[in-house]
Amino acid sequence: MYAFEFERPKTVEDAVAALKSDEAQALGGGQTLIPTLKSRLAAPAKLVSLQGIDTMKFVKAEGGVLSVGGGTPHAVVAAEAAKSYPGLAALAGNIGDPSVRNKGTVGGSLANNDPSACYPSAALASGATIVTDHREIAADDFFDGLFTTALEEGEIITEVRFPIPEAANYQKFEQPASRFALVGVFVAKFSDGVRVAVTGASGDGVFRWTEAEEALSKSFTPEALKELTVDDSDMIEDLHGSAAYRAHLVKVMTGRAVAAAG
Amino acid sequence: MPKDGQIGPATKRREDVRFLTGKGRYTDDINLRGQAHAYFLRSQVAHGKINGIDTAAAAAMPGVIRIFTGKDFEGIGGLPCGWQVTDKHGKPMLEPGHPVLAQGKVRHVGDPIAVVVAETEAQARDAAEAIEVDLEELPAVMDMKAAVQGGTLVHDDIGSNLCYDWGFVEENKAAVDEAFAKAHHVTTLELVNQRLVANPMEPRVAVGDYDQTMDHHTLYTTSQNPHVIRLLMGAFVLGIPEHKLRVVAPDVGGGFGSKIFHYAEEAFVTFAAKAINRPVKWTSSRSEAFMSDAHGRDHVSKIELALDAEGHFQALRTETYANMGAYLSTFAPSVPTWLHGTLMAGNYKTPLIYVNVKAVFTNTVPVDAYRGAGRPEATYQLERVVDKAAREMGIDPIELRRKNFVTEFPYATPVAVEYDTGDYVATMDKLEEMADIKGFPARLEASKKKGKLRGLGINCYIEACGIAPSHLVGQLGARAGLYESATVRVNATGSISVMTGSHSHGQGHETAFPQVVADMIGIDASQIEIVHGDTANTPMGMGTYGSRSLAVGGSAIVRATNKIISKAKKIAAHLLEASEGDIELKDGKFSVAGTDKSVDWAGVTLAAYVPHNYPLESLEPGLEETAFYDPANFTYPSGAYACEVEVDPETGKVTIESFAAADDFGNIVNPMIVDGQVHGGIGQGIGQALLENTVYDENGQLLSASYMDYAMPRANDVPFYKVDHSCQTPCTHNPLGVKGCGEAGAIGTPPAVVNAVLDALNRAGHDVAHIDMPMSPARVWAAMQK
Ligand SMILES: Cc1cc2nc3c(=O)[nH]c(=O)nc-3n(C[C@H](O)[C@H](O)[C@H](O)COP(=O)(O)OP(=O)(O)OC[C@H]3O[C@@H](n4cnc5c(N)ncnc54)[C@H](O)[C@@H]3O)c2cc1C
Repeated sequence: MYAFEFERPKTVEDAVAALKSDEAQALGGGQTLIPTLKSRLAAPAKLVSLQGIDTMKFVKAEGGVLSVGGGTPHAVVAAEAAKSYPGLAALAGNIGDPSVRNKGTVGGSLANNDPSACYPSAALASGATIVTDHREIAADDFFDGLFTTALEEGEIITEVRFPIPEAANYQKFEQPASRFALVGVFVAKFSDGVRVAVTGASGDGVFRWTEAEEALSKSFTPEALKELTVDDSDMIEDLHGSAAYRAHLVKVMTGRAVAAAG
Repeated sequence: MPKDGQIGPATKRREDVRFLTGKGRYTDDINLRGQAHAYFLRSQVAHGKINGIDTAAAAAMPGVIRIFTGKDFEGIGGLPCGWQVTDKHGKPMLEPGHPVLAQGKVRHVGDPIAVVVAETEAQARDAAEAIEVDLEELPAVMDMKAAVQGGTLVHDDIGSNLCYDWGFVEENKAAVDEAFAKAHHVTTLELVNQRLVANPMEPRVAVGDYDQTMDHHTLYTTSQNPHVIRLLMGAFVLGIPEHKLRVVAPDVGGGFGSKIFHYAEEAFVTFAAKAINRPVKWTSSRSEAFMSDAHGRDHVSKIELALDAEGHFQALRTETYANMGAYLSTFAPSVPTWLHGTLMAGNYKTPLIYVNVKAVFTNTVPVDAYRGAGRPEATYQLERVVDKAAREMGIDPIELRRKNFVTEFPYATPVAVEYDTGDYVATMDKLEEMADIKGFPARLEASKKKGKLRGLGINCYIEACGIAPSHLVGQLGARAGLYESATVRVNATGSISVMTGSHSHGQGHETAFPQVVADMIGIDASQIEIVHGDTANTPMGMGTYGSRSLAVGGSAIVRATNKIISKAKKIAAHLLEASEGDIELKDGKFSVAGTDKSVDWAGVTLAAYVPHNYPLESLEPGLEETAFYDPANFTYPSGAYACEVEVDPETGKVTIESFAAADDFGNIVNPMIVDGQVHGGIGQGIGQALLENTVYDENGQLLSASYMDYAMPRANDVPFYKVDHSCQTPCTHNPLGVKGCGEAGAIGTPPAVVNAVLDALNRAGHDVAHIDMPMSPARVWAAMQK
């Protein structure tokens, strides 16, 4: 770790102001950022912790929408969304280990947009709205490829609004070492159609599998996927699996998510 | 029934109180006054020529005390290799230098180039980033088979990448080839025993201290064998005589072999502490451990088994490429040879065996012993080829094994060792019962109903433990003796300190060793303490590895305790005015046979130190004895394992449904500790079979350099094991009749798991002969697509 300054503001406004200084960076739960600092892969001059901002920590379900504060840890989502949006709660409850879930936040996860992270698939499949300190961004416009998002420098995710589907399920096939998603598929069925978002598989990060969405919108059954194939040309190929394997898993996990969502 | 604390009962581990409450005292807990911190600048390329190192800017950075490079170590010995293998032509192996810091060339990612010693670790690291190394990258030597054909050399001065080409037993080769030519059936298998990183929970740490007034050095280090480190470092690297060098290995958080070896960092902190006249500390990060701890395994093998029409093994032939890495680590040359070739007979009476091993230098981290060391590699090859032969010949794998079991002991194998005892039929019988082999078809059906493929894998193993008879290993090239030592110091009030040369880094010696002494004398185990890990207060001993602590170290304790008992009897005889021959010791009491005259243990020990009434004319006061024990033979633990798996046909994911291990460890001192050792070994074996893999790319970059990519087994990867050690054929040549249990699990498990997965696939109609470990979901799925 290199030396850095540290601030812990109590309001979003103060955090935005603090982030204006040179090479300042927001710190959420630190589950990604702290290891990065420790291995000296990042050297911010100042860390602005968002953990002191109480207005960014909440879970509430209202009018068919689950709103989660950007600073809410995974464990809190897992517990408090269990009734209102069980598919999302289950996803949050299966991220990392207890210490990761007690510290890591939904805002941090979405802002980081790790190609193997779980939350981006939930946001994209739910058609979530990402609320920041000064605007609202649709999930479809938010994810911009590996570790890249529509967020501007110093912009803070204060809230994420997930429309609650009629049925939903997340299937995560774990990478054996990291236990992030080797392939993760979030399926969400709304009255006006089905959305399917895939994480872990593509070299471009989370994406929607539109062919599956069309087929499942007609018939929400695993059999509806039967004739579909997943193109493996953009899939990640690494020591944990080939592109063909990942493409195959996308279909298998989608089928399982549909079956589990019922 | 023996009492708790004596030989037999499952006495709870006394050391766990401090380990489980965070009170262990590890090397990193040692902080000396005025201590400086060392940070190693390591090579980021696999192979390169150093044209220059500019430390000027770094030296001016805050807190920097001194920067060391290879130049500071010119004229100082390199790290020695403790074993010399002779090749099949009678030539000694090629033995390149192994400098403490790189001399002119770097040879693997992680090879140390320079060290910054500074006031704080962060300052040292900051300064290391400012060191400018003018490095000319060279092609990396990665593929072993290509490396021995010529091309780029890892070490220019030795002229070849082939360390040795070993044939064993060379005189048998022609007969073996002839048997193959005449065989009814030959089964051939090519396989890889993948490279592993030991990953003990505690990374390595070294603290060097120097007392200028006494010209005395102390090294605190995470070692399995402090005396060995003192000898190797003192005599071969730094030229410090034993009485000027103390090596302390306090609580050590796991070793698994990787903490046997003498490492550059130990020599460095010892050297630097004198150079700057301040204590110097180095603590490895986990990332550093991946590229500086010796790795394990990494064999590429071809094995052939010749059988007659009934399935009797006629001959066995193997060819192995064994990766040495960039340098010869302390015991590296012995692992693929004497710890591997000699075990190739396994549990079977194969009359003719020939083993060829080519040890190869590559631009990778050095490879040395890792839990099992050579024996897992031998067992894996043998048990995989036996399983394949069973499938090819349509013989039940258990039946084929039984048909070929060695049944008469002692048994002299065609590969130099002689098994003293064993009962492979008994362990197989036990296994069949424990694993409910008869019930397998019903479980197979149940799995099918769930859409899963189920498989049953069987494995037998034999290992040579209790390492080792010095006379034998001396003939085989060892540059050390492999005895063990013990001093039993009885104090005036009867309490006892046992100073042992063995070293506990998780094995439970502090509990098991007192059980032996308590049993012999008949006193409470709480009266006995174990002292280990410090050359200043233990006799010269060889440390702990190769499942040797109880078999060799425990035997030394028995010998020393016998000397104590015999002297105590003399004292008792004097006190009781009886003749020595009439004195009996029972339950801590000395009595005169056939009378009611007696004196208790404390009465005798007090007399030894307060010799008011004492036979001074015939006996010295005091009660302290030392013994050294050198075994007559290896011990040969053996066993039979069964693993049942389910394979998800859609994803290739393997789950272990059940695992049973029937081991024969001879006599058992503490069954709970033995269970724990077997559990841990099976866990590591499952890790190797399904998860762990050390992957380099073709440029020598380590791709699996953290837990993000190196998959360690976790609690939910393993089932609840069934383990049993009721089959006991005591070792015939050590006083405890014990064999050693530390490595069995890691040796016996991988083939059982792999055999089970292949059984599942083949039962489901997939014609898959072999899948290399780790059997990751991706690999299993890919095999099913063919
Ligand atoms: C052992 C381990 C296992 C894990 N397993 C999983 C897993 O299975 N699935 C999974 O999805 N993730 C996993 N994670 C990642 C975890 O979910 C992290 O919590 C998450 O990726 C980052 O969230 P954070 O709050 O910790 O963010 P930080 O690490 O604090 O920050 C990450 C990035 O986001 C920025 N940031 C943080 N908060 C905000 C905000 N509110 N607005 C804008 N920018 C912000 C930071 O500046 C930084 O760039 C794992 C992590 C660990 C250590």
